[in-house]
This record gives sequence, structure tokens and C-alpha cells, in this order.
Amino acid sequence: MTPEDILPDTACPALLRGVRTHWDKVRDRWVLLAPERAMMLDEIGAAVLRETDGKTPFAEIVSRLCKTYSAPPEQVAQDTRGFLVSLIQRRMAEARL
Amino acid sequence: MTAPQAPIAMLAELTHRCPLSCPYCSNPLELQNKALELSAEDWAEAFQQAAGIGVLQLHLSGGEPAARRDLEEIVHAAVEAGLYTNLITSGVGLTKRRLEELNEIGLDHVQLSVQGVNKEIADRIGGYKGGFERKMQVAAWIGEIGFPLTLNAVMHRQNLDSLTATIELAEELGARRLEVACVQFHGWAAVNRSALMPTLEQARAARDTVNEARDRLAGQMLIDFVPPDYYSRFPKACMGGWGSTGLNVSPDGTVLPCHAATTIPELTFDKVTERPLSEIWYDGAAFNAFRGTDWMPELCRSCERREIDWGGCRCQALALAGDARATDPICSRSPKNAEVRAAAAAHAVEDAPLVFRRMPRPEKAATSVDAQIKELVD
Repeated sequence: MTPEDILPDTACPALLRGVRTHWDKVRDRWVLLAPERAMMLDEIGAAVLRETDGKTPFAEIVSRLCKTYSAPPEQVAQDTRGFLVSLIQRRMAEARL
Repeated sequence: MTAPQAPIAMLAELTHRCPLSCPYCSNPLELQNKALELSAEDWAEAFQQAAGIGVLQLHLSGGEPAARRDLEEIVHAAVEAGLYTNLITSGVGLTKRRLEELNEIGLDHVQLSVQGVNKEIADRIGGYKGGFERKMQVAAWIGEIGFPLTLNAVMHRQNLDSLTATIELAEELGARRLEVACVQFHGWAAVNRSALMPTLEQARAARDTVNEARDRLAGQMLIDFVPPDYYSRFPKACMGGWGSTGLNVSPDGTVLPCHAATTIPELTFDKVTERPLSEIWYDGAAFNAFRGTDWMPELCRSCERREIDWGGCRCQALALAGDARATDPICSRSPKNAEVRAAAAAHAVEDAPLVFRRMPRPEKAATSVDAQIKELVD
């Protein structure tokens, strides 16, 4: 399966239950917490997950991020999809169709 | 030595009491009885301090944590502290009502242990009749409530041949994650090496089976694998490196760099009720004893893997080489390695009876499952 099959433009990505973002005041950054996993997030990762609410289609998330970061849509789509697909494959997120 | 990083994880052993008596229990040989256990208030204070120094993940373990009547209060305190809270349980002692309450309080995740794939082997290894059926019931409740579930399957010579069935059981129960944890031979497990040591063939087959299942179940179930380390080329980085990422707290509040650290006589430990956790982590004698690479013997210090393996396991070095500062004899470069491998091969063909873990007090005669649970939660 290609990343586009796993997370199509029209699907709404969502974090699974038991997976959540957390502001780590000691390390001064966002982290993603999941069963037996703690993942340090960079600014972009945190921004992607702020839009990942299970109701917003992937294409819309990309379009919002493009506006915020004034970045080219193809690049944003590729990076964002890569990140979210990696979470889906690690059973941390799902694509709601 | 560079300054230590903030810890990420804390394992809180709420009690050593447990209805099961697994012969590989990770609790120490000298189990603490109920009178020594920290109160829920003490734990609440410890959780606040843990969050304050950077702990993100809290594992509530035991013994059996559900043996504590005030487990709900303790989980509440963990959630209040903002910690990602994981309950590590045998399932025995949990009712549907208790699970629902833990759900309302905000428990994040449940890790359920299984001792085998059917009641015959599971109840025999766990030393608890009726345990397997109860676990299956608890797993169903966990699924109904919607908790993410990790199944923890401890594997050894007596059940490794059913590894495929173990993976299928995890699938059937809807586990999001499976830990295939081959017994680490410390404490009780070390006593039972002859009964539990896998054969070399089993160790190889286990790796292949896990790799096949990982491919087949990608995106559906995550599988973490702890291989049987006597057959590994390099040792495990115990705790990801001593005093680098995690800490354990015993039922009485003793803060340990790893669960077996009390086996090393030269170490001294602090209690979370007597000294701030921050000081224990950064300045405690036990945490600084084997941090970094300065303590290492020349063999490790000059090794290109020194910051991958971190010298392996200190408790194992003491147990097998008689010196906590030696290279872990599991390492193929250790002068003791040939001896250890020969011993493993010998253990793997012995047929010793299981020695079950037991508490220091005289055991009461309990007959039924319910009577035992009742005794346990009192």
C-alpha cells in the first residue's frame, strides 16, 4: 500500500484512544504519549497534531498548514502524510474514511 | 561525565502481594509485606515529584496492583499529576466495576499478563487455578470499555513452542500491542533457570516467528520482542542505560535504578519519602554508581558499543561473574561468555521442578479463587 492508500486526501486522521499530545514543561516541548512510547515532537509535528481531530480531512489539514507556514503544498502534503502514516503504522493513529 | 538527563519513565511497584506465584516474578526474592507499603498519599506526593522532574510515563505495577484497595485513589493521583498512566496487571482482582471506575478516573492504558495460551499451562505456571479464565474475562471487559490493551506474554522453555498461538491469542483479544518477553534470569527466574531456560533452537525459532508476525500484522498490532539474552551476541542495555531514562520505586518507597538493583550489596538506596526525588535521581549514590561510561572495565570502555549496550546488566554481571563492575557475561566479548553459554545449554536440557515465588509470611490456606481474591484485597 502506498502512503496515499493508507491516508487518502479525503480521510480524516485521528489519534487512537490512549495516544495524546502533552506539553512537557521540563523539556519545554510537545511530546506524543502512547502505550510504552513517548515521542518528542518538533514544531511541525505538534502543528500537524493540533489539526488532527478525526473530523478534518487530510487535504484540509495540508491547506491550513500551507497558510500558516507559507510553504509549497506538495512538500507539506508529502511530509505531513509521511508523519501521519508512520503513526498509523505504529498503531498510534487511524485514518477515518 | 555529562549531566544526567531527566527521567522519562517511572515504575511504581504498589505492592508485592499477588495472587499468582509465577516462578519468574521480577520482584526480589525478599518480598515486602503489606505493612511496609506506602500509603496512597505518599504515592500522590511521589507522582507530583516525578512529573516535576520530567517523568512522562508511569507504570503502576506490583505484585498485583489491584490487590490494593486504594488503587483507584492512586490512579487518580497519577492522572492529577499529568502522567501517562499504565496499569500492569494479572487481571486477577479487577472487576468490571473497578475497570469502569478506572476509566472514568482517566487511566490511559492496560497491560495484561498471560502465562500461557490455555488454562492448563497458564494456571500451572501462574500457580493459580482459574487465573486464565479470569484473565480472558478481564480482557473482554477491557475491550468493551475501550482501553488500549497490551498483552504481555512471558516466554520460556515451557511455553515458547506455542508462540504462534500466543500471537493469535493477542489478535483475538484485540490487543494493540504484544510484548513477547522472554524470561530474564534474575531473582526468582534465576532460581528456576533449569526449568525455564529455552533451547537454542527455541530462541532462533522465536525470532523468526516474531519477525513473520510483525510483517503480517503491520499497522494492526505492534510486537515488542525481548529475546532470550543468554543466546545473544551482545547484552541488553539494561534500563536503556543505568540512571538514564527510568527509575523504579519499591512498595516501601525505595527508589531503584532497576528492579533487581538491591541484589548489588555495594549500593545504597534512598526512599522517596525521605529525600526529594530530584536529589535521588541526580545525586543519589545508587544512580551515579554505574551512570555513563567512567565506571566501565577497560573491555567495555574501549568498545565501540559502549554507548549502545552501556556494559549490559550490572545485576547479571554480579550474578554470573561475581562482580557488578564486570562486563555483562552475556556479551560474546566477555571472558566469561563461553562458561555462560555452556551453562545455558546445560540448563536447557535439565528437567527441574518449578520453584514458585512466595511471600515471607506463612501462607494461609485459601481454597477458591474468590476466597483468595478476598484475602488479597483485604
